[in-house]
Amino acid sequence: MKPVNQKAWWLVLPVFLCVAFSAVLPLMTVVNYSVQDIISPDRRVFVGTEWFAAVMRDSELHEALLRQITFSLAVLAVEIPLGIGLALSMPATGWKSSAVLVVVALSLLIPWNVVGTIWQIYGRADIGLLGAALQQLGIDYSYTGNARDAWLTVLVMDVWHWTPLVALLGYAGLRSIPDAYYQAARIDGASKFAVFRYIQLPKMRGVLMIAVLLRFMDSFMIYTEPFVLTGGGPGNATTFLSQFLTQKAVGQFDLGPAAAFSLIYFLIILLMCFILYTWMQRVGTADNAEAGHG
Amino acid sequence: MAEQRFQKRTVFLIAYILFALLPIYWMVNMSFKTNEEILASFSLLPQHFTWANYARIFTDASWYSGYINSLIYVAINMVVTLVVALPAAYAFSRYSFLGDKHLFFWLLTNRMTPPAVFLLPFFQLYTTLGLMDTHIAVAMAHLVFSVPLAVWILEGFMSGIPREIDETAYIDGYSFPRFFLTIFLPLIKAGVGVAAFFCFMFSWVELLLARTLTSVNAKPIVATMTRTVSASGMDWATLAAAGTLTIVPGAIVIWFVRHYIAKGFAMGRV
Repeated sequence: MKPVNQKAWWLVLPVFLCVAFSAVLPLMTVVNYSVQDIISPDRRVFVGTEWFAAVMRDSELHEALLRQITFSLAVLAVEIPLGIGLALSMPATGWKSSAVLVVVALSLLIPWNVVGTIWQIYGRADIGLLGAALQQLGIDYSYTGNARDAWLTVLVMDVWHWTPLVALLGYAGLRSIPDAYYQAARIDGASKFAVFRYIQLPKMRGVLMIAVLLRFMDSFMIYTEPFVLTGGGPGNATTFLSQFLTQKAVGQFDLGPAAAFSLIYFLIILLMCFILYTWMQRVGTADNAEAGHG
Repeated sequence: MAEQRFQKRTVFLIAYILFALLPIYWMVNMSFKTNEEILASFSLLPQHFTWANYARIFTDASWYSGYINSLIYVAINMVVTLVVALPAAYAFSRYSFLGDKHLFFWLLTNRMTPPAVFLLPFFQLYTTLGLMDTHIAVAMAHLVFSVPLAVWILEGFMSGIPREIDETAYIDGYSFPRFFLTIFLPLIKAGVGVAAFFCFMFSWVELLLARTLTSVNAKPIVATMTRTVSASGMDWATLAAAGTLTIVPGAIVIWFVRHYIAKGFAMGRV
């Protein structure tokens, strides 16, 4: 167990102040908006939980939420295994490792609005590489006309954009496993899979937890890329939660309902992250206990 | 057997790299074309090769100052983040104290709010402080997501280091700062490299907050780029050139931190 040391607060205090400064006041403002009807800057009426009730009953919201959950789960299901696989395949030393590291990281560095724009051209059947290639293969592909194609394009774009995050974290996690562990495994005659399951995966648990949580919350808040690529269409096929929220907050100037909506939004992400976090911690502890017995 | 495994890995890696590079290749390809050529025909290489798009960015102050502004606030953000996050991550990984678990999770919850929600409150806050349109304002606003991320990443790496190393160092008479800088930091190089890169990356590509908090003096490149959408249609070529250029600083950063990421843990050092 970690020793109790209240003085550790001094080490944490700067972080606390930095984050609280920019986080607490805005959050309070949003809470404040969510219980008022703002008719004009000087005229506001306290409405209690009315906005919350209205938002919860909104059937369009339910659809957007369902779409969002499906999308985020798909993102996790593809990106986490792919990222781990990539981290395991990347060369560990030499100029190749440097080159691969840089190449893999490239897609992360493109501003999100540019990502959407690039894929907009890239996916077009007449002038884009992906669209033209699919057309050549005889697939009738159009991300603007077909809802399924649009959804898949947004997913593939997200995989392209964000898998490197999982891969880089996993790679750095792998690199920090001491050689002694591998030597011990070799002496025990452990199989490749056993090395992965009992050494690499547990040692990567910390960074993978960050990767899962980050990918979950960021994909849950995805806005710029699908907005630029498809504008939420065709129909509502790629209108995810944050776009719905922005339509409310910016498009209709409904500050009250938008604030209530964003608080509910925040609570959903919080709850799901908490479940993921607790679950992954429990899995980790069970692993450790098992290793302790064995 | 080992040979075969190796090959499978290489094939997988090459396939992924192709998948990763093709859209970037298409962007670079577009950046050397004119708008007419981009929209008129499909070609794997520019038919009428032109540097005009890059020339426009390098000669127009409103374009290239965007890169400088972005670099300034990203650098401030990175330095402040690492300075405050390193001791905090150490505290979280080594000690338990009042409210530690709650505080740790609370940090991450600050990343869970859609930024669109915070635009108006942020605008009001920074106007009141008189910090609007400064690099400091953007750097501070970005601390909200970069600090929690750095603390989480660093804590993950620090927890992987056995506590015996700390104890041995104290018995050997090391002071805390000396132990931290000369023994502990080198051990978590990989974590510091990744954390630094992610701070850079998230701050570099963030658009909404950066655009809201700046107007002229500190306008970042991502905001300048939204200019390419105009009434006369989309300026694809300039956007592609600007996009290509936005990759460059980050690629340089990852090139510098690559040794930190790739080396990682070396037991022999202690």
